[in-house]
Amino acid sequence: MARYFTDEHEWIDLEGDTATVGITDYAQGQLGDIVFVELPEVGTMVEKGKDAAVVESVKAASDVYAPLSGEVVEVNDGLEEDPALVNSSPEEDGWFFKMTVSDKSELEGLMDDKAYKSFCDEL
Amino acid sequence: MSEDNETIDEVQTLPLDAWHRGKGARMVPFAGYEMPIQYEGIVAEHNWTREQAGLFDVSHMGQLMVTGDKAAEELEKLLPGAIASLKPGRTRYSLLMAEDGGILDDLMVTNATPWIEADEEAGTEGHWGEPAYYLVVNGAMKWDDIAHLREHLDDDVTLTHMDEHALLALQGPNAATALNRVMRNVIDDMVFMDSVCHDFGEWPLRITRSGYTGEDGFEISLPAEHAETFCNRMCAEIEVRPIGLGARDSLRLEAGLPLYGHDITEETDPVSADLTFALTKKRREEGGWMGHEAVAKVFADGPAQKRVGLDIEGRLPAREGALVYSGDKQVGRVTSGGFSPTLQRPIAMAYIDTELTEEGTELEVEVRKKRLPAKVAPMPFVPHRYYRGK
Repeated sequence: MARYFTDEHEWIDLEGDTATVGITDYAQGQLGDIVFVELPEVGTMVEKGKDAAVVESVKAASDVYAPLSGEVVEVNDGLEEDPALVNSSPEEDGWFFKMTVSDKSELEGLMDDKAYKSFCDEL
Repeated sequence: MSEDNETIDEVQTLPLDAWHRGKGARMVPFAGYEMPIQYEGIVAEHNWTREQAGLFDVSHMGQLMVTGDKAAEELEKLLPGAIASLKPGRTRYSLLMAEDGGILDDLMVTNATPWIEADEEAGTEGHWGEPAYYLVVNGAMKWDDIAHLREHLDDDVTLTHMDEHALLALQGPNAATALNRVMRNVIDDMVFMDSVCHDFGEWPLRITRSGYTGEDGFEISLPAEHAETFCNRMCAEIEVRPIGLGARDSLRLEAGLPLYGHDITEETDPVSADLTFALTKKRREEGGWMGHEAVAKVFADGPAQKRVGLDIEGRLPAREGALVYSGDKQVGRVTSGGFSPTLQRPIAMAYIDTELTEEGTELEVEVRKKRLPAKVAPMPFVPHRYYRGK
């Protein structure tokens, strides 16, 4: 399994043709206390760089973009019960959705762990 | 003081800027200044304020002093509240009105007239000094307010912008305990909306038992150069933590208090805004203040829309601008909304067509094309805990 990061602060775990998507620890820290996550419906076709989910913090609503193009095949129902999972476990239990990856060339330009860390250090 | 130099084109820093950063605050531009939005997190800070005591830096707000024999009379031309009957050491919420009945700003007015002690050597008895009124106005509106006051107040009245003063708010059920410890019990006798001057060390502080969170608490005005020392002293108390503007906003929303520029604007009048308590009956009837004619007409005809609270079903917050529906008909608009940390559900303020403002009326709020069930709710959402005496 390989983990990738976008400059919009999403992470992607790729296993075969399926990607698990969430937002990074850095992103949850910026958003603050998360009170609601609006997830896409299973079966939705998402497009790289377009809205896929919405995160509501106490402060404001923020869009989450699809890091890749493909079809949503599963969503994290646990976030409905406990949206704060995104704060407490952003890069594990607080994942958002799983999707098929239609075009693996879209992985180009994404960052690995080390590159993402130095990207955040410069923000 | 030169007004020409006081433009707010650039984001400025306030006296406690370094102190906030040292405490780990995230700073954001607000009302022309870099302000602390949060330290450890909005919910934790919100809950701390409701349970203990939070220290807020509100130095971006405008602090003005209006002095002169005719000060009360002159202010009453611009404010609909009873200023002349306000006793020394008492504070009142009021509004700065436009001719067309719109609200230019909301503000706190304190009768700050000093008591001059008897001087036996000079053979004088104790007496009240020159009438003085201390005004606290919104940060984003202060320059407009100052211009408006300068334009309309008589030349015999002096307006001073106390721009070398910081303003802090200590809010929460343990605010009085903490402040009493630091101030050696001098605030013991104060009740909600009392205002006194006291020395802290050698510095004069003005302490007003008020705030904008719904909790018991105090607003403290002091010379800016001493603000950091005072904040350090307060935060050394076990009950007190610094709190950012993020929690201030969620606290005031729960308290049902309107935020200028959002829930009240130049486009809203005091009747629609449900702020008629700020218009004392006598002054409402007698008039003599800017905007009276227009407001009297709204009183007589009834407002088309009114500010109300909304309880929203589910967990999805409705934010400012969300449209409110009754069936297919759009009947209002949310002016501020968010997730209430105390109640653990979304709440909002909205302007709704008057015939639908009865408590319990079922409506819908549209958030991202989804209709959420909502009900007209009584405000405050979280009960006020102002201290009105034992």
